[in-house]
Amino acid sequence: MRQWQHIFPSGFIAAVGIWICWVSYTREPAQAFLFPRLISTVFVVLALWTFGKAALGLSRVGDGIGRRMVINIAPGLAVMLIYVFWAARGLGFYTASTIAFFMLLSIYDPAPHNAARSWIMRILITLGFLAVMYGLFAGILNVFTPREVLFQ
Amino acid sequence: MEFIGYFGEVFQPVSFLLLLVGTIGGLILGATPGLSPTMAVALLIPFTFQLPAAQGLILLGAAYTSTVAGGAVSAILLKIPGAPANIATTLDGHTMATQGRGAEALQLSFISSAIGGVFGVLLLIFLTPLLAQWALAFGPSHLFWLAILGVTVIGTLDSNSVVKGLLSGCIGMWLATIGFDDIMGAQRFIFHPELSGGINIIPALIGLFAIPQVLTMFARGRVPSGAEVIAVRKHPIGAAIRETLRRWRSLSIGTIIGSTIGLIPGVGGQIAGLVAYDQARKFSPERKKFGTGHSEGVIAAESANNAMVGPSLVPLLTLSVPGSPTAAVLLGGLLIHGIFPGSDLFDNHPDVAWTFINSMLIGQILMCIFGLYVAGFAARVAQVPQSVMAALVLGLAVFGSYSVQNSMGDVYVMAALGIGMYFLERFGFAAAPLVLGLILGPIAEANFIQGAMIADASVGRTTYFFSGVLNLSLIAIVVASIAYSVWMELRQRRIDRQEQNEEAAA
Repeated sequence: MRQWQHIFPSGFIAAVGIWICWVSYTREPAQAFLFPRLISTVFVVLALWTFGKAALGLSRVGDGIGRRMVINIAPGLAVMLIYVFWAARGLGFYTASTIAFFMLLSIYDPAPHNAARSWIMRILITLGFLAVMYGLFAGILNVFTPREVLFQ
Repeated sequence: MEFIGYFGEVFQPVSFLLLLVGTIGGLILGATPGLSPTMAVALLIPFTFQLPAAQGLILLGAAYTSTVAGGAVSAILLKIPGAPANIATTLDGHTMATQGRGAEALQLSFISSAIGGVFGVLLLIFLTPLLAQWALAFGPSHLFWLAILGVTVIGTLDSNSVVKGLLSGCIGMWLATIGFDDIMGAQRFIFHPELSGGINIIPALIGLFAIPQVLTMFARGRVPSGAEVIAVRKHPIGAAIRETLRRWRSLSIGTIIGSTIGLIPGVGGQIAGLVAYDQARKFSPERKKFGTGHSEGVIAAESANNAMVGPSLVPLLTLSVPGSPTAAVLLGGLLIHGIFPGSDLFDNHPDVAWTFINSMLIGQILMCIFGLYVAGFAARVAQVPQSVMAALVLGLAVFGSYSVQNSMGDVYVMAALGIGMYFLERFGFAAAPLVLGLILGPIAEANFIQGAMIADASVGRTTYFFSGVLNLSLIAIVVASIAYSVWMELRQRRIDRQEQNEEAAA
């Protein structure tokens, strides 16, 4: 793995550590920040140590992020982010979950995309997923979810 | 012998049904590569909200026990360990399966798991009340150091890098301070309105354990499951029982090593199976047969894996220090029902404590009985494409996090922590110490503040926190665990460098 990859996460964590330390030592009442002061001091020391090692090219633990991995993960991560941060509230839980499930299945399913049988299987699996989730969370656990756009 | 009085609770219809569901479901989940026992238990927690505490814990305990054993199914029939704990099982188990002895390997695995598991739970039964009574002597300073010990032991022993393990623990402890301070009511680190109530443990657990696995499955791309299930022929169960008992040496080695390793916080089941396998081979007169489909290899590895489960809960139920990441998730399950481990558990909720422990004992036997029947089906579930598993786990994670408080904020926290953890793991940070920091952080802070108040009114903070046999012993263990891990890391680095030099010379 390229050593520079270590610099970004360790630098980010060091920046977070410094911010926590600054907030802990400057905000009042001091009594409320007693424990955060203790934690943030250790945090900042360890974070700077990690960042220093990364900057000197001495970090060795971890596999890093490869190009192939980014290409594989990107569509799934995009679906996940849209699903969690917009669609679940915007479209309703069951509608958004069904669409997200079907999209993820379509993107990552190794079955051929040009065969009608594969698409029928994907639709059936998605309907099965919807039935299980609805049965579990609406039927058994009585979880009240945001209003749906398609049904309920 | 107080526990005997609570056996009846386990056989109440709803409790027994939950035990069955947890056991069978756990066997299937455990057999599915990519679904770790920790993630399975984390995803199940939302289903326990509406149950009484004892029944909720029965479900979680049964799932914990049987996911560890279920991992052997895919290890034997697919050569893919269901969990890291089952790595040693593949060595002889899968070879037996390729020789047409798959049923025998499965039977040996479940019988030895049950024997090891029962021994481990008996240790839990007899050690826990003794330690819980001892824990009564603990004051705020001791409880503070215990919480720090829990984070440092897992942070150093369960990580590839000591510094990154400890840093993960610090991140967890900082996340635990977000929200309103309990004593002064001051706002701390609330950089988004959704965080004003702090970070709820359950969505955090789900995110930290489930989302990285979802992203790992995405990262593999469009890959077919590839593994072929080996057909299982019939094998008489009586012969498997006789074979297990005939191999008493490996069974004893596995059980004793598993139980001992389980008692050490942070070490966990990953190494229990491998250490037991190695020791059983050293002590066996047929050591050359190991790796060629020898029954002793399966017996040693599987008895160790399940013998570890009960003792790993001893430090959790007595001192609030989870012995493994899965035990940390179980602690989250206890806390959401308002139950604190330690003397509170056994003095104020003996019904919950003993029903839970007894259910684990019965669960071991059920796991053995059902494991043999569920194995074939579980191996087929293990062939479900990763695309389906990833989408299903994501859906369960979103619904499970939301159902905690019917709050979208919890879903955002779950996703943000999970995605962040996935990328941090790629750079050597670990989820287990972060989770422990998150869970033990409030315990450490409450006792630190209480201790500081007592110290200010009496002997001073330095004397209060750094004197006394118990304080100094706990500090010594913290320092020793860090020093040991640093030494191990430097040793491993030296070995790696030597290997690189030898390769370069060759």
